[in-house]
Formats: sequence, C-alpha cells, structure tokens
Amino acid sequence: MTSAPASASARTVLSSGLTAPKPIFDWFFALAGLSVLAVAVRAIYFTPMEALQGAAQKIYYIHVPSALGAYIAVGITALTSVVYLWLHDERADRLAEASAEVALVFITVVLTTGPIWAHKIWGAWWVWWDMRLTFTLFLWFIVAAYLVLRDGIEDPAMRGRYGAVLAILGALLIPFIHLSVYLFSARLHPMPVVLKPDKPSLPPEMLTTFLLAFVAFTLLCFALIRARYRIAVQRDLVTAFEGDGGSR
Amino acid sequence: MSRARAPGTFGAAWLVARKDLAIEFRTRTAFFSALVFAVLALCIFYFAWDESIIAPAQRAPGVLWVVLAFSALLGLQRSFSIEEHDRGIDALLVSPISRESIYLGKAIGNLLFLCAIQLITIPALALFYNLPIGRPLMVVTAIVLLAMIGIVAVGTLFSAMAVNTRLAELLLPMLSLPFFVPILMNAAQATTRVLGDRPLAESWPWLKILIAFDLVFVVACTLAFPFTLEE
Repeated sequence: MTSAPASASARTVLSSGLTAPKPIFDWFFALAGLSVLAVAVRAIYFTPMEALQGAAQKIYYIHVPSALGAYIAVGITALTSVVYLWLHDERADRLAEASAEVALVFITVVLTTGPIWAHKIWGAWWVWWDMRLTFTLFLWFIVAAYLVLRDGIEDPAMRGRYGAVLAILGALLIPFIHLSVYLFSARLHPMPVVLKPDKPSLPPEMLTTFLLAFVAFTLLCFALIRARYRIAVQRDLVTAFEGDGGSR
Repeated sequence: MSRARAPGTFGAAWLVARKDLAIEFRTRTAFFSALVFAVLALCIFYFAWDESIIAPAQRAPGVLWVVLAFSALLGLQRSFSIEEHDRGIDALLVSPISRESIYLGKAIGNLLFLCAIQLITIPALALFYNLPIGRPLMVVTAIVLLAMIGIVAVGTLFSAMAVNTRLAELLLPMLSLPFFVPILMNAAQATTRVLGDRPLAESWPWLKILIAFDLVFVVACTLAFPFTLEE
C-alpha cells in the first residue's frame, strides 16, 4: 500500500476525534464486572432453590442473560453493517467488529451453560430438537465466519465492506434457520414446555435476581463492546501512523 | 460510454457464463475432479453405516445431500480463482457490462456446471443405493435443481469474496456452509419423503422454505456483489 491513501486514512481517524489514548482505568468495565459478581452472589446465596430442578436451575441466571447479551451484540453488528455500507463511516465498521467479537463470547457462554443444564434436566448434553440451542449454534458459526473473514483481509475498506455484506446476509439467513429448525423439531417432539420456568409466575425473589442479571449482563455486553471498540481505534491509529512513516 | 452497444444485463450475464463454461469445457479438470469426488464419496458413505441396521435406500437422501454440498463447494471454489490468473477479473470489470451481470453470469455458469455433475451423481446414487427409478427420482432431481439455485447464489458471492482474502479457498466452506444449512435441511427432509413414496403435499412445507430461500438470496446476493469488488 502506498503512503498516500494511508495518510488519508490517518486523517480520517484523527478527524473522528478518537485519538487520545486514555484507557488507564475502565470504570464502565469495572462497574459491569462488579454487578455481574453481585448478581452471582445473589443468585447463589440469596435466591431460593427451584423445587423441581434444584441447583441446576441457577445456571439460568447466566444462561438466559448471556443469550440476551449475544442477541444485543449480534443486533448491533447487523445494524452497524447496514450503516457502514450506506455511509462508509469507519466508526460503524469498528463497532460492528467489536460487537461481533463480544457476540461470539456471549454465544459461547450460552452454548456452554446450555448443555450443562440440559444434561441435568433433560438427561442429554445436546438435543437437536431444542430450537434455541440449535439455532444459537448456527449463530455461533456465522459470527465465527464473520470474524475469520475480517481477519483474512488487510485493506481496511475491503474488510469493512466484506464484513458488512456477510453480516447483512447472515441477518437474512437467521429467519431461514429459525424456520427450518422449527419445522424439523415440530415433527419429532413437542416443544419443551413443562420444564421451562414460566416467567410471570416466578417467585418474586427469583424474578428480581433474573431482572438484575439481565441488567448486569447487558452492562457487561456494552462494557466489552466499548473496550473492544477502543482496541480497534488503537489498531487503526497504529496502521495509519505506520503508513505515514512510509514503513508499509 | 457506449451503453447503447453494450448487451443488456442478462445478455451480458450469458456471455460471462459462456466464457466460463468454454474454459471448463476445454480444460475439463475441475469437472472431472468434482465428479469423481462426488461418485467416490457416494461409495465411501455406503460403508459408513451398518447395512443390517439402516437400509441403503433410507440413507440415500442424507448421503445425497452431504455429497452434493461438498462437491458444490469444489465447483464453486474455482469460479473466481480462475479470474485471478493474469487478473482476468480486471478485464471483466473494465468491460462495458454491469457488475450485476458479472455476478449473474458467474452464477449461471456455476449452476450449469453443478447440474452437470448432479446429472451423473443422481443416477449413480440410484444405482449404488438401489433406488427405484421412476417418478420419485424425477421429483428428487427437481428438488436438487431448486436447492442448487440457492447454493449457487450464496456460493458464487462467497467465492468472489474468498479469493480476495489471505485464506483464499480455505475460507469458502466456512462462509458457505452455514448458509447451506437451511437448504440442506429442507431439501433432505423433502427428499426423504419423496423417496419414501409419500404424497408430494407432505413435502410442500419444506419446499416452500427452499423456494423462499432461492428468491431472497438470488436478489440479496446480486445486490451485494458490487460491494465485493474493488471500488
């Protein structure tokens, strides 16, 4: 790459006002971490046991909020990808990249905690007829492909465009996977309704823990995205300055 | 810009497809390797199950769709990598045709290429797995065509993207297979019913998703393709 476009991109980065490197102490991340810890303490020691499932039910306080975090992060990636293709704003691309990586982490948590719970309650580590589990697995594959694709491209503009195209197509794919898994599982088994906690009828302590867990994991999701976004900014700055020095 | 003399979108697409098929017809390397792979895989999968537990005719649908997906990947890989030699893609880009026509042309070329392979794979499947030859097999061929349209739509786009990355062909399966999942799932379910001599109405819900997939992704990938080229 010649230095002319690189210094142009340096200007773009500088003009977007994100030059000052200031992540000495990430207060937002600390707050999110503490609230997740607090919710864990509450869930383990101060929330009653579920009568039928026992301690296994407590995994729900991680599992369900993580799924929420994953969906938020995936949603942000899809939206910012549309924005990037439309406005060609590098900030949208960085945000898409950051939330995709966070999404992968949260989906991994969902896919790890899900089978542990299923093994205890359904008697099998993995059940393909559970729509949400299967669906989440394929979501993981799409997000993983997105990140590997980005990793394989050096040119930032091309990386942004390719990533955005895959993210948008992935968003279009989601209803098809959902529908297919639904049709597939409807034939085999009824949906697991008996052992699913009916949320409005939860005892108040459990409901409070649940809601607090949702808040804590949402905070964690945004804190991670913010931290990862900063890394992307730093990387782009380094690339831009290297380009300025003519080393590339 | 002499737009008036340039062919229309579909005329240009056909020219691109004919160019690709002419290259393939003269070299024949990709065709034979993909075909031999498909038939070989049919044979290998035969021995993957105990014959006395699951009858060959019952595993035929599953085998067909696994083999089909992977032989499609083999065919799709070369769609844009042949343009990398001498930067043939640049010649396509400077020619007075729209980028959508380049995509459609590549997709039509791939579709014909893959259908040619399936035209031999399906009879081979019937032969090796002792399937009744008749109406069910014709319906299966129609389902294969339906599925191929979707596979080619996304596969052609990802093939164009994969060649520009550091990983090149290695990336294509990772990008494409998640998108093949709904196609394979629905096509395999429909095939199982058709080969089991069930009425076609029973397969209809699966086929509807397949048709919807084709429509959505042919349009979406045609619109997305210009973004994958250098601007």
